[in-house]
Amino acid sequence: MGLLSDPNRRRALISLLTRLNAPICVVCYMAGVAWFMGLAFEPFTLRTYMSENAMGSTMVEERFPAGERALATGREFSAHKKKVGGMPVDWLVKTMQARGLEVFTQRFSRTLPFPDENKERYLVKGTNVYGILRAPRAPRTEALVLSAPCTPGDNNNQAVGLLLGLAQYFRNQVYWAKDIIFLVNEHDLIGMQAWLEGYHHTNTTGMDWSPLQGRGGSIQAALSLELSSDVITSLDLVLEGLNGQLPNLDLANLFYAFCQKIGVLCTIQGKLQRNDWDSVSGYSHSVQTMMLMVMKQASGRPWGDHGLFLRYHIEAATIKGINSFRQYKSDTTTIGRLLEGMYRKLNNLLERLHQSYFFYLMPSLSHFVSIGYYMPAFGLLAVILLTLIKSAPSQMSSPGVLSVLTPLVISHLTGVEVAVEHFPVSETEAVVLTAIAIYTAGLALPHNTHRLLSGEGTEQGWKVLKLVAVLYLAVLLGCTALINFSLGFILALTLVPVAAFVTPHVPKILSAFILVILSPACTLLFSVFFFQELQEMPVSFIDGWMLFLSVISQGILDHSLYGSLVYPLIALLVYPCWLLFWNILFWK
Amino acid sequence: MAAPLTLLLIVAVTIRAALYRSSLADLISERVEVVSPLTAWKRVVEGLALLDLGVSPYSGDVFHETPLIIYFFHFLVDYAEITFMLADVITAVALYMTVKDYNKQVFRKQKYALEADRYPLDCLELIRSPKEMYYIPLKVAMFYLLNPFTILSCVAKSTCGLNNAVIALFILSTIKGNVLLSAVFLSLATYQSIYPLTLCAAALLYLMQRQYIPVNYRRASFWWFIAQYAFMYLGSLFVIVCLSFFLLGSWDYLPSVYGFILSVPDLTPNIGLFWYFFAEMFEHFRLFFLCVFQINVFFYTIPLSIKLKEHPVFLIFMQLAVISIFKSYPTVGDIALYLAFLPVWSHLHRFLRNIFLVSCVLLACSALFPVLWHLWIYAGSANSNFYYAITLLFNVAQILLVSDYFYAFLRREHHLTYGLYLKRKDGSEATLVLK
Repeated sequence: MGLLSDPNRRRALISLLTRLNAPICVVCYMAGVAWFMGLAFEPFTLRTYMSENAMGSTMVEERFPAGERALATGREFSAHKKKVGGMPVDWLVKTMQARGLEVFTQRFSRTLPFPDENKERYLVKGTNVYGILRAPRAPRTEALVLSAPCTPGDNNNQAVGLLLGLAQYFRNQVYWAKDIIFLVNEHDLIGMQAWLEGYHHTNTTGMDWSPLQGRGGSIQAALSLELSSDVITSLDLVLEGLNGQLPNLDLANLFYAFCQKIGVLCTIQGKLQRNDWDSVSGYSHSVQTMMLMVMKQASGRPWGDHGLFLRYHIEAATIKGINSFRQYKSDTTTIGRLLEGMYRKLNNLLERLHQSYFFYLMPSLSHFVSIGYYMPAFGLLAVILLTLIKSAPSQMSSPGVLSVLTPLVISHLTGVEVAVEHFPVSETEAVVLTAIAIYTAGLALPHNTHRLLSGEGTEQGWKVLKLVAVLYLAVLLGCTALINFSLGFILALTLVPVAAFVTPHVPKILSAFILVILSPACTLLFSVFFFQELQEMPVSFIDGWMLFLSVISQGILDHSLYGSLVYPLIALLVYPCWLLFWNILFWK
Repeated sequence: MAAPLTLLLIVAVTIRAALYRSSLADLISERVEVVSPLTAWKRVVEGLALLDLGVSPYSGDVFHETPLIIYFFHFLVDYAEITFMLADVITAVALYMTVKDYNKQVFRKQKYALEADRYPLDCLELIRSPKEMYYIPLKVAMFYLLNPFTILSCVAKSTCGLNNAVIALFILSTIKGNVLLSAVFLSLATYQSIYPLTLCAAALLYLMQRQYIPVNYRRASFWWFIAQYAFMYLGSLFVIVCLSFFLLGSWDYLPSVYGFILSVPDLTPNIGLFWYFFAEMFEHFRLFFLCVFQINVFFYTIPLSIKLKEHPVFLIFMQLAVISIFKSYPTVGDIALYLAFLPVWSHLHRFLRNIFLVSCVLLACSALFPVLWHLWIYAGSANSNFYYAITLLFNVAQILLVSDYFYAFLRREHHLTYGLYLKRKDGSEATLVLK
């Protein structure tokens, strides 16, 4: 209790902090950014290793033989899909029954709040078809899921074919200890959400679905397959799920181990691993891979059909087959053997995957950075906020509560306006542009707030408001970083400098410009351009702007369809916080 | 002052009514920080359903409320929301009247002390004026009604609101000097949950001082008053207990209510300190630690009463805080009750040293509770250690808050006796440090 009860030492410490405030802030910020960039440097990362003993080495030889037959089934599926003009439910049911599975279907329907222009849908109606392979001699308490989405057009036919081929092969084996559910979902994520809600008897998003007639016990792991070509050059692993949740690292380790064993090229974020970590281009390659993962995690969208499983504590990943211009190609039999091997290993699990990390970043598929290594980067940025708070309370008299409360309340009301869901208009563009309009209107607030309280703008007033705003920002960023580190870090990168330098006494025009550049909407705009650069598909300004608008509309849709929290967080909490700082800048 | 109070009541009732109608009500009534196995509304409904079926509501370890509550809600279950809002209003009004009366007495005592020239000359700035004390009752009512913890507790329909109302009425009747009503309400509060028993020391001290009975264990009048109070208290407790027996026709409720509170069989996580310890404890140590934890709640009565025997109302505040922190199933509603008293000691702000840190920690912990619960239960990435860490931090912050106010109170009393600017023996300036 020494520091807390000894007034002399405490006063000395606080005066030290106040004197060195600006240098500490700058140094901490630079250190935080440097630490983050250093995470991709290979000597600072750890090699991935299998933590779960139940998935350790086994002397198993994968024997899946029927790749060609799977492709033929896929072509049949494609033909029936074209004939029906959607999901060929009857053909799927018949085929799965012929392979000895217990087949069930589920109908679902959902009206989106406004039309989704990316996928061109508004009133969504569909059917999921799934077949359960019962474990021959085990109690039906646990299950594994293999799913392939049914997409319109020519995509994913080979995935469905391979799924059915694997079903036939698995049916003839005796070593299965868990039920395996083969799921073909329509309308990708919407269908998956309906199936998961039906399976777990929850209804969090207001979708209409028919109850599931057949169930398989609690799901231990799930894999989603996306395969659109007969031969592939590499397999891509997608990990990021809803709200930035990631599956247990052991699932990625399993995939990597099997790719090594079978001899298939594997990538993450579409980028192949390089060996020259000590060269500049090698290091920048790692940085790009890691930044792609950070951007994808921060967006809070599920980047594959697996993304919705994670919320139910089911470890899931999506495997995408990529066919590019390489000489060495792997055929469907190889992919089948890889999946067979993965499922045999998952079959051995005694309990859910929990031994390895749940929070990590991957600069490449064989190296990872755990939470203990990346959190200090965020911690250094949070320290800046804490020093700002610490150097304040020397003058804790309380000026009128009203002068502080009013900007808070008005900012939050503006945030609520931006987040309101019941749009009377049904045009995507109208919705998005209304949100942006309200956002910009918020910039005019400081002038109005001051008309409300004439004569309340004292020197003390803005200091207390800044203290409240910094405290609010610190708690908000802390909670966000715990749940979704990438989102918390990106928000911290832009908002912590705002919190540090804003006072009513800095030059107004320049600071207003910087504040607008660092506001959440502009951060999103820059992130869109940056993301496109990282994926090596740079866009022009007009295309980037259209992409930005579609990202906002996707954010709103994700929130209402799957319960994604990014849009409400930014509209209801981050934006009012930024508005508070805007208010402080224009304090009279 | 009636008009601002009425306005405050209307605002508070509006907020609660609006939240009842929104979709948040279901979400809040399941949060473990707001409801405990003792106070959850779901369990009250379950008990009522069992009663309607003719089965004892205490069969099956679901229902842990007292029989009076079950009969109370048997008639009022359709008006449950109004009941809880009314309980909050009663608590706020009772606290308002209590603090008004207490302020009058404080001011009167101060006037006599000034006239008797008992304060050193340099501490006149510590003397309180009626002007600064004018708005304190309204602030107390506001602190209670508009505290987010109270609003959450009311919207979740946690019976903690009713317990708080009974305790507030007990405090009101004590301050007004009504011995019989004080004993009756104390027995009712003890009947509801055992821990308010520790408030009897404070009530006795206050009533004795009010009736000018010297607080000296060698005097007969002291023991005679204690005997009278104990008789009234035990008598009303006996009546209530027998009434409960006759209402349900059996003694089932004794082990289900008091046995449950004392032996802590349900280890659902909450904001208290018991659940984690007892979840990982070996069976043969369980009784020992149970005794230690329960004695910990009651133990502070003795030293605190000895130290604060001149200031029984501050003692009531400290006891309420100790109960809320160390009881077996605390919820945020309990915390709201003692937090409501903070404006009464607002004159101590110049001696408070850690209040800013403590309030930051309390705020951050309140925000982190749902986050870590989500990470533990839903995402599966955290575990109980994370949640207990936040619980520990929250309780440590509360303890720091209470001890800070204790220090500030004692320091002000010290200054009032020895002067504000302390000099050492050689005349140089001294500082006061708590070791």
